Amino acid sequence: MNYFHEGFVWLNDPLNWTNPGGMLDRLQEHLLISLWAVLLGCAIGWPLGIWLGHRGRGGGAVITFANLTLAVPTLALLTILPLTPLGFGKPPVVVALAVFAVPPLLANAYTGLRQIDPETRDAARGMGLSGGQLVRRVELPLSVPYLAAGLRTAAVQVVATAALAAFVNGGGLGEIISAGFGIGMSNGGGGQIVAGGIVVALLALLVEAVLAGVQRLVTPAALRTGRPSRPTAAAPAG
Amino acid sequence: MSFLSRGPAPAWPLAAPADGGPGNPWFSWRYVHDNASEILSALQFHAGLTARAVIIALIVALPLAVVSYWWRPLTGPILALSGILYTIPSLALLALVAPAVGTTSDTSVLIALVLYALLVLVRNALAGLTQVPAEVRDAAAGMGYGRLGRLWRIELPLALPGILTGLRLATVSTVALVTVGSLIGKGGLGEMILGGFRNNFYKAEIMTGTILCVGLALVLDLALAGLGRLLTPWARERAA
Repeated sequence: MNYFHEGFVWLNDPLNWTNPGGMLDRLQEHLLISLWAVLLGCAIGWPLGIWLGHRGRGGGAVITFANLTLAVPTLALLTILPLTPLGFGKPPVVVALAVFAVPPLLANAYTGLRQIDPETRDAARGMGLSGGQLVRRVELPLSVPYLAAGLRTAAVQVVATAALAAFVNGGGLGEIISAGFGIGMSNGGGGQIVAGGIVVALLALLVEAVLAGVQRLVTPAALRTGRPSRPTAAAPAG
Repeated sequence: MSFLSRGPAPAWPLAAPADGGPGNPWFSWRYVHDNASEILSALQFHAGLTARAVIIALIVALPLAVVSYWWRPLTGPILALSGILYTIPSLALLALVAPAVGTTSDTSVLIALVLYALLVLVRNALAGLTQVPAEVRDAAAGMGYGRLGRLWRIELPLALPGILTGLRLATVSTVALVTVGSLIGKGGLGEMILGGFRNNFYKAEIMTGTILCVGLALVLDLALAGLGRLLTPWARERAA
């Protein structure tokens, strides 16, 4: 547990937080990258999932796509995208992370719309609602818990995978860890590695806890029980 | 001869040119041919690490699932702990494990991989066990099966689809996760992906590593799906 002690010593040094490229800078970078990635993922995953769920088609394709992304290493996308016209810097990192945010958002949106009782849909149609009205007034409100669950899964996964951006100098908290390896174990890098690991892990757990609270808030009381909190499990960040 | 590249192929550059011109194609048979032994050893390491991780995880996960199936009060804590561990990013887990275990040893990567695979396996095995119908269990008890006999002859076979789903998920995500081991130079094919990036953005090396990685995951997934069909002939008959 010697390294854990060194890690806490490292964390207790204020300079390690306020230095340029220190923990605070990296944290801000990490959150910014994650935010854009999740927003991009939402912009793609939600409309597509809602549309497919509304039409009631493409379920097989959604599952296949989600399973396929499970097999693609994050590292591969992180290294390939900068070599495409996207160029270097933050955009390829954001796109790479967004690719892994889409499956949980898409799958949960689809499931959320499909799990609605068909009788409810029939009743809404019988009342004369058009397709668009049906989506806005009936289907979307009823699938809010699923959309929230998807957002939570995707956000936690993005925050976790954003650490891998350090492999391609993409910034974020992973830089603290890789810089620790750069210093080397014999020169006291171990403390910094462990400190980076602790902060990244805590950040992921914090995001998970906050979004679990959000998910609970937006779920109507009547829907809170008898439903798994996570219809689609997250994949470990690879 | 380089695939996808135009014009006469010059003497092959040690590092790819940075301009991404014709000398740096996305895929090149020449690269595969010239580096066959390195590629094979990376693939072998990758597959071996995946196999070790999944097998160890399976050996630990099944008893855990059975224990929490027999003593239901344990289910909550085991699943909650698995949820928390699952949330911890792979890079963070590796950064916490590696300094203690050894920053040059693949045991560090193995431990992280086993932990992730463990959680998927326990969850799915438990789900498989709990959805064995109560009537089936009663019937088995009525036929005189003891607790162990019932588990071995009735419940585990009926939970096989759940266990196999977990095994497939765990295998596919483990193949992708091994690449994170590049942090300590034990990433198998991830070493090729990252190596190509560092080697002046050598696209052919990156792409070969990526294709092999995805291919390995798909092949293992299909193999396990086939194994599942062999092991559960009753499910096939019902579907047909």
